[in-house]
Amino acid sequence: MAETKLKTNVLNPFENIIERLFELFDNKKLRYPVLILTMVFLIYLPLTSSRFTQEIMTNMFFYVVVCLGLNIIVGFAGLLHLGYAAFFAVGAYVTGIMSATYGINFWVTLPFSIVAAIIAGLAIGAPTLRLRGDYLAIVTLGFGEIIRFTVRNIGITGGAVGLIGIERPVLFGVVLNQIMHFYYMFFILAIMAIFVSYRLHDSRLGRAWQYIREDEDAAAAMGINVVSTRLYAFIIGSAFGALAGSFFAAKMTAISPDSFMFVHSVMILLAVVLGGMGKIPGVVLGAIIVTLFPELSRDIGQYRLIIFAAVLLVLMLYRPQGIWPERQYISTKK
Amino acid sequence: MTFWEIFLQQLFNGLLIGSFYGLVAIGYSMVYGIIKLLNFAHADIYMSGAFVGLVALSYFADMSIGNTWFGIVIALMISMLLVGLLGVLIQRVAYRPMLKAPRLSILITALAVSMILYNTVMLLTQGQYKPFRTGLTHDSFYIGALRMTETRLVLLIAALLLMFILHQFITRTMYGKAMRAISLDRDTCQLMGINVYQIVAVTFFVGSALAAAAGIMAGVYYGTVHFYMGFLIGLKAFTAAVIGGIGIIPGAMLGGLLLGLLESFSTQIPFIGTVWKDVFSFVFLILFLIFKPNGILGRAESERM
Amino acid sequence: MALLEIRDLTLRFGGLCAVNNLSLAIEENSIRSLIGPNGAGKTCVFNCLTGFYKPSDGDMIFQGESLLNKKPHLITYKGMARTFQNLRLFKQLSVIENVMSGMHCRTSAGFTAAVLRTKVQQAEERRIRDYAEECLDFVGILDKKNYMAKNLPYGDQRRVEWARALATQPKLLLLDEPAAGLNREEKSRLIELIARIRDERKITIFLIEHDMGLVMKISEKIFVIDYGTKIAEGTTTEVRDNPRVIEAYLGKEEEDAV
Repeated sequence: MAETKLKTNVLNPFENIIERLFELFDNKKLRYPVLILTMVFLIYLPLTSSRFTQEIMTNMFFYVVVCLGLNIIVGFAGLLHLGYAAFFAVGAYVTGIMSATYGINFWVTLPFSIVAAIIAGLAIGAPTLRLRGDYLAIVTLGFGEIIRFTVRNIGITGGAVGLIGIERPVLFGVVLNQIMHFYYMFFILAIMAIFVSYRLHDSRLGRAWQYIREDEDAAAAMGINVVSTRLYAFIIGSAFGALAGSFFAAKMTAISPDSFMFVHSVMILLAVVLGGMGKIPGVVLGAIIVTLFPELSRDIGQYRLIIFAAVLLVLMLYRPQGIWPERQYISTKK
Repeated sequence: MTFWEIFLQQLFNGLLIGSFYGLVAIGYSMVYGIIKLLNFAHADIYMSGAFVGLVALSYFADMSIGNTWFGIVIALMISMLLVGLLGVLIQRVAYRPMLKAPRLSILITALAVSMILYNTVMLLTQGQYKPFRTGLTHDSFYIGALRMTETRLVLLIAALLLMFILHQFITRTMYGKAMRAISLDRDTCQLMGINVYQIVAVTFFVGSALAAAAGIMAGVYYGTVHFYMGFLIGLKAFTAAVIGGIGIIPGAMLGGLLLGLLESFSTQIPFIGTVWKDVFSFVFLILFLIFKPNGILGRAESERM
Repeated sequence: MALLEIRDLTLRFGGLCAVNNLSLAIEENSIRSLIGPNGAGKTCVFNCLTGFYKPSDGDMIFQGESLLNKKPHLITYKGMARTFQNLRLFKQLSVIENVMSGMHCRTSAGFTAAVLRTKVQQAEERRIRDYAEECLDFVGILDKKNYMAKNLPYGDQRRVEWARALATQPKLLLLDEPAAGLNREEKSRLIELIARIRDERKITIFLIEHDMGLVMKISEKIFVIDYGTKIAEGTTTEVRDNPRVIEAYLGKEEEDAV
């Protein structure tokens, strides 16, 4: 069934270019060499580039992790989450408090950070995931703000000023305090996030999310527990965010509520939508675009949000599937 | 102050704030009822209404009507009209093409519209709080044990009046009937010759106009307006709509008043006070969603398989 | 003991009584049909059985256990699968992915297993895929396994729906108007398929249908309902000659003619 739109598709010329570009990369023979080259490039980059470049790339890797985390919730399971920044705030603050106030070793704080995110995820998810999707959106929005508000007003989190003095992690006797260290740390995290995302996607759980996203009643009829499966997505996504938040805290050594605002939740969401919700390479690309774009266009800083919002609107109206092309079924899969 | 004085004060405050919530919640409920969309941009419509009113008032400031209620009423009407039309425009450009799209898409669209609205206002105002100058006095007087200002009394009456007019509109006119019919079964309505698109446009107009009115009233009440003022009230109004039963207009009014009262009285609970009352409202929302997601006046929806 | 027993099932929507004190029993390894004029409440019965609607009264006993207040996925897990009247395939997914969904409740790999790809998980994935292919082969469209579901012709989509329900390894299969939209050739293949499902896989079949020819050919026993109430029960000949049944169908036709 062809769906006729009321307006002509203004993005058609762009679409053709993009599709042709991707056809090139889809070629199996090219794919592996390109990937290996990129990896080698990324590994050698810090040795030859400025601190500034490393800073940007580290930020980019960080966004890849959080976008993939949100992708599990929004892209795989189809749940609209508008308060994702709250989860990496939870991770950051747990690590921050344990490290700065109680002097606990960074690595020891990580499991606590994940557990805290899981608890938070359960607290919001359990009541709302059995209801319609629209409710989750508003509840997560509210939750995001409540967390930020709470953090601003409680002593233990340092209030509006935030926490300072978070200790640097120590790995094999080396204190990680150079930007290069964090470059590699976030690079590894990003690789791990991509790896876990792919593994999840091609698994029983990943398929269950797709079934629920397509038709939740049919999925239930096929024996899938919709609520608990959704809850899994929510919790796993939250854990990604919290983990990233913990590392973020260690890198900045000081965190404040201003790092976790609604605008950050939206940027992460934008990256996921831009990349085509659910498509892992697309989301990675979306994360790259969302982090690099402000850097390339510093002078329009204050118009940034409006541009993002406008892009989001245009995407939704004309290309809701994102910029990464759809997968085609032609031959048998491997 | 005696207990009785405090009680009456909070009761009045609660009803006043609650009526703002109610006016905004009506818009959420109407739109949800008719196209099953939680319109994120609605809160920013409220904010836009306040700013349009501000601009209108600043024109009148030089004229003789500037400092009277008459001026405010004119500003209110201008704002309601213009912002109502804005609501219709948004619906036409951003939501109408998305009616057959998956729900996630239209929610994201609403989010994008919301962001465009408040960012535009932010850029125009440089993010500053703008004073809402009305020239009204704030002398207080007493009604029994209740301390009151003329302003607040008029606001409350105006809000309740608007809700009453709306109720009449919904129950007595063809538009109102059509709205209810469409919320029950859109396709059949189209087959029956009802111009669904037109009714949807009217719904957005009315909902937006009411929100704009609430925005101006809030401006008068608080004395300042700010580009982000819609955010919190959006959440509260949504909570109110859920409490009353989403999609049900009397429910939105009821929910608004209830939430207002609840919040007002909660400020008297020692642990919560004025700082945590917003968190308290949010917790209340979660509790409602757990135990009575269809709200007070709502019925469980059964979908046809 | 009957595989499925429905006792005094009643379902009310506000003032309307969709199902009214319905009682029937289905023996194991049988093929039963539920027929009745349009709007008689047949799909409502299926929806109650599978947990999508909550009955106002009565009970449904499946393999000795009550189905009341059980969620749909649990009922499927217990061995009752269904197809939908208006085909609810996962349109954007491939045929084989659609059928693999049926195996979800028969497998258990979770997050850790997925990430670590343990030997157990890999074996389970192979099992899922193999069984899905087996079900596709059983209904005759294995060759189309990698096609996207929405790209298939209607008749093939129907077959995917059946394969998907079969993949849940049910004891009882509820077919909601399986012949709707099929041409004559497809219908006769459906009759063969139903018989094979019962004979080869030992699955009991309970179907709703409008096509009298199909119903008469395949069912051993027929239940007739009208306005939510059972008006007849018996073999094809008994039901065909039952005056109440004739009146229910013809009477409706008269009304419509006016």
